[in-house]
Parts: sequence; structure tokens; C-alpha cells
Amino acid sequence: MKIDGMILVEALRRPTTSATWDADIWNVLVSIARVEQLLGTVARRLNGIAVPPEIVGILDEARINAEYQRRSALWEADCARRALADIDGKVVLMKGTAYAAAGLKASEGRHIGDLDIMVARDALPQVEAALLAAGWEWVKPDPYDDAYYREHMHELPPLIHKDRDRMIDVHHTILPLTAKPKPDAASMLSNAVALDNGLFVFSHADMVIHSAAHLFADGELDGGLRNLWDIHCLLDEFADDNFWSELQSRTAHHGLWVAVQRAARLAHQLYGTEVPADWRKTHWQDGYYINRFTARDAWGRGTRPFLRLLFYVRSHWMRMPPRMLVRHLWTKWRKS
Amino acid sequence: MHEFRVQVGPAGFRIGSVWEAPIRTLAELYRDYPTPTITDYSVRLEAVSPWRRYIRPSVAINGDYMLPDAAPLPLTQALLAAEMAMNLQMALGWRRHLLLHASAVEKDGKALIMTGESGSGKSTLSAMLGHMGWRFMGDEFVLLDLVTGEATPFPRLISLKNEAIDAMQAQVAADRFGPLMCGTPKGDIRHLVPPRDAVQSMGVAARPALLLFPSFGFQSAVRPVAPSEVFARLTQASTNYVALGEAGFGALTGFVKGVPARAIDYRNGDEALTLVNQLWDDLA
Repeated sequence: MKIDGMILVEALRRPTTSATWDADIWNVLVSIARVEQLLGTVARRLNGIAVPPEIVGILDEARINAEYQRRSALWEADCARRALADIDGKVVLMKGTAYAAAGLKASEGRHIGDLDIMVARDALPQVEAALLAAGWEWVKPDPYDDAYYREHMHELPPLIHKDRDRMIDVHHTILPLTAKPKPDAASMLSNAVALDNGLFVFSHADMVIHSAAHLFADGELDGGLRNLWDIHCLLDEFADDNFWSELQSRTAHHGLWVAVQRAARLAHQLYGTEVPADWRKTHWQDGYYINRFTARDAWGRGTRPFLRLLFYVRSHWMRMPPRMLVRHLWTKWRKS
Repeated sequence: MHEFRVQVGPAGFRIGSVWEAPIRTLAELYRDYPTPTITDYSVRLEAVSPWRRYIRPSVAINGDYMLPDAAPLPLTQALLAAEMAMNLQMALGWRRHLLLHASAVEKDGKALIMTGESGSGKSTLSAMLGHMGWRFMGDEFVLLDLVTGEATPFPRLISLKNEAIDAMQAQVAADRFGPLMCGTPKGDIRHLVPPRDAVQSMGVAARPALLLFPSFGFQSAVRPVAPSEVFARLTQASTNYVALGEAGFGALTGFVKGVPARAIDYRNGDEALTLVNQLWDDLA
């Protein structure tokens, strides 16, 4: 068996094939799944399937961790809800916390880190003041970074709570302002759906669109396997007669056709996600993405350095126009 | 990568190193321990940069669980790097017991647990007791069962520091020691292989019977410690208390209610041993 991230993909996609694995493959799986923050998800997928006795303890541990993260994420969301109770307009939970709060399958066993929320851009000053008053503090009190975030980013500079040591990212749209696509943040907010506790989550289509946009445009594809697993779970759970046409029209509306189609196609190729036939047409770049997502060795270390570099450069390229990129990298380089 | 696997108590480790020497030393020192096939955690001793593998070799501490700001160590201290990396996996990853930063020894099926800041002497005391009629259970972590409250041993190599090195060298055969590492971030360090019986019975748990908070450097004294203080101090001494949620709370409150606790002050090893034996005999 070839040793790379495909072992993790296999564990998620066809957990019963684990019956054929020897000790070495299990060791590789555990290391890669930990670094990709998917061991809790693997544990969920292997529920009820016989595994070697040593693996039982490792998976139990991963389940305990996932439950702890869910509990702390929901508690953190509630702290933010109380701090922002008097804000005009919706407070929308995003990513892992949203999946957990909405009880979606994507949250089962999922690692949840920082709290991500979205509010209307004109509510930002109010939100910022309320969070600071409730004990959150700036993480990077650096004037260049601060100005950069405020002028060019889709979120405030990160805040951390002084007692609970937990980070919050306050978004006002889903992509950096310097990126080419300009999603319609106002309509995402107006379509957002209320939870019982007064917080909101995106509509199904917008949830998938944000997940896809985040996967391809906002990062260097680190954590790609996890983000793509989110997309797999969301597509699988939302699939009904109306969903795909709704997804199509919302994607077109936000101008995110490339990212959403690529996400659905790669989820289909890697995880076997059911997607309509016209979403499956392969693209010559798909193999590069898959090789990048699965670039791990037997110890969970990153491999394929040249491919990683290509995607790193590409991620900055997509985030901002070339002249601005040069200026930004120059400033960051001088300061480091 | 050169590879070495070792089972310490309930945890199996896979240790990879770009250098062969640290793996040979680990295999030598852990010669009494079983070799697992499937391991719980991987740790890696890697060069901080490609050229630092050869020129002034410098070991980066990596593994399944990592701290972003772990400082690298020179290759001569690779054994310390491996120890720190293995500790880190337990501290950040272990969820199968309530983990206490403490040392422990056992007699008649009952465990004496010692906890305190670094420098309190808990590690040295466990090593001394472990060579004089007690069974050594561990000098770094004690693992409390979440249901039964029993203590499971984690008898990794004993990490002796500074004066403790001489004290133990006077008692134990030279072939039980690792290389002397001078000028580490924690001072001089020398590893001691635990007694064979400690390794052979590392699967045997014991019921906690006494908790001590030793302090080195003060006039000999014994003080009772209120359960509220014991609870607060042990939440600080546990790396996974919060993550375990209700199960952790249950295990910790059960421990605090069931196990008498004393603070002991001492100026030298003999004083400490006298106090420990007195307190232990008083239990009966």
C-alpha cells in the first residue's frame, strides 16, 4: 500500500477496509489523522467496526477529545451570544461551531478550534466594542497588521478572551476584500437561518459555498482533507430535489462557481460524494489538488515540497493583486 | 528515519530520529521494556534545518502533539529531547485516565503519590523509595482510572537532576544509568533505568493511599492539607482534567475524598525518608 494521505481518505470513505490493515498502516493512519485533525472523525466512522485492541483506546481518546471540543465550542458561542445580545442584526455562526450548533453530521467527531462569526459590516464597530467590553483582547497589537486587516480583509484582526484563552474571528464577508470574487455578504446574512438560542447559521447552499470558498481561496490548502470532508458531509446531508439547483443559483449569484464546483468534484473523487452528473466533469488540475491534499509521509510530515510551494504562491496570488502582494510580502519580510 | 518503539505502562511510543545514535541509546536504556507493534503516539527527533543535521546538530522536538514554541536542543541532549517529546504526547494527548503530574511508589498494593513543583524532590524521592523496598510506579505522571480511581504506573526512565544524580549513583549499579548531560535547560540530567520489578509489573495498578506535597530546603515539618486546597492544587497538576469533563471531576473529587494528604518539608533525603515512613506507618 502506498504511504500517503490516501490511507486517511480510505479510512473515512470505506472504513471497513481497515480489516485488511497491518500495524504499520494503523500507525500511519493515526499520525496522519492527528495532523490533519481528523482522528475524531475517523473514530466516528469506525464506530461498530472491529479494530485491533490497541486502536480501541486511541479512538476512545479521540472521541473524548471531540466531545470536549464540541462542548467548549458551544459554550464559547454562547459567551459570544451573551456579549452581543444588544447588537442590531444577526450574529451568524460559521464552520465547525455552526455545524455543531445546527446538529449537522459534519460536526460528528470534528475538531473545532476558534470561534468564527459573521455580522453585517456596518455593525462591526458596535460588535468590536461589545466584545472588548466583555473581556476579549487584540491578539496582534501591530499597527501594520491591524490596518491591513481593516482595509483589506474579510474579518477583524483576531481577538482572544483574556480569561478563557479562546480566539474569535469576526467576519463581515467570506473572502478577503482583495480577492477577485465578491460574494454577496448582505444576502448571506438575510438568508441566514435562526437557531433556538437566537444565533444564526447560513442557509444550506450558503454553508456549502462558504466552506468551498474557505477551502480554496482563504488558505494554502492546509487542512484540505478536513475541509473537503465537511463539504462531503454537507452535500450528503442536504441532497434533495431542490438543493442542487438552489446551490447552482446561489453559487452563480456569489460569483464562486469555480470554487464550489471544484469542491463538489473533488469531494466526489476523494470521498465518493453523490453529486449530479454535470458536476462531475474532471479538470486537468484535479490531480494536483488531490496530490497536495494527500502529501503526507508515514510520520504525518508534509511531503511534495514543490507542489506545496506552488499552492502557497497561488494562494497569495488569489488573495491579492500582484503589485499589492509584493508590497505586502516586502513589509512582512522587513518586520520579521 | 531510524525507528524505535517502546511500551511504557499503557502507552506505546514510536520514536523516529534522523540520527542513529539517539535510537541506539534509547534501545539500550529501554532494553527491559516490551516493544509494541501498534503505538499510541509518534515522536520525531529531527534537524531544525537540513544543514543542522551535520553542522552543530540541533534537535527539533516534534510529534503527533507539538508545542509551537518548543526550543531545540543540541544532539548531545537528544535523550532529553526524546523524553520531553514523549511527555508532551502524554500531557497533551492522554485521555484514558485522569493524568496527574506526580510521582508514585507502591507497597502492599497501596500507592504513595507525591506531587509538587519542579525542584520539590518528588522524582528523586520516588527513585530512592523505588530502590529500597517500594515498587517504583513513575516519576512524572500518575494515571488515575476514571471509574475505579486506581493508579496505573507510567514507569518511564527516571530523569535525575543535579544533586540527585550523585545521590542515586551511590546506590545503583553504573550500567543502569544513561549518559550524563551537562548544561541542559534543566541543569545536569542523567537518566536512570527503573528497577526491573517496576517494569515487569508496570501493568499492575494500585489503590492510592497517601498523597504528599514535598518541599525541599525547609526545616523538617508535616502539615495537613485541606481537601479544598488539595482539589485546587491537583486541578493545576492535571493536564487533562478540563478535557475529561464530568468524568475528570468525578475521578478527582473521588481521589480528594478518599486519600489523606500531607505537606512535608525536608532538608535532605534521610529526613524525607523518615517522614515518609512515619506517615505511611501511621496509615495502618
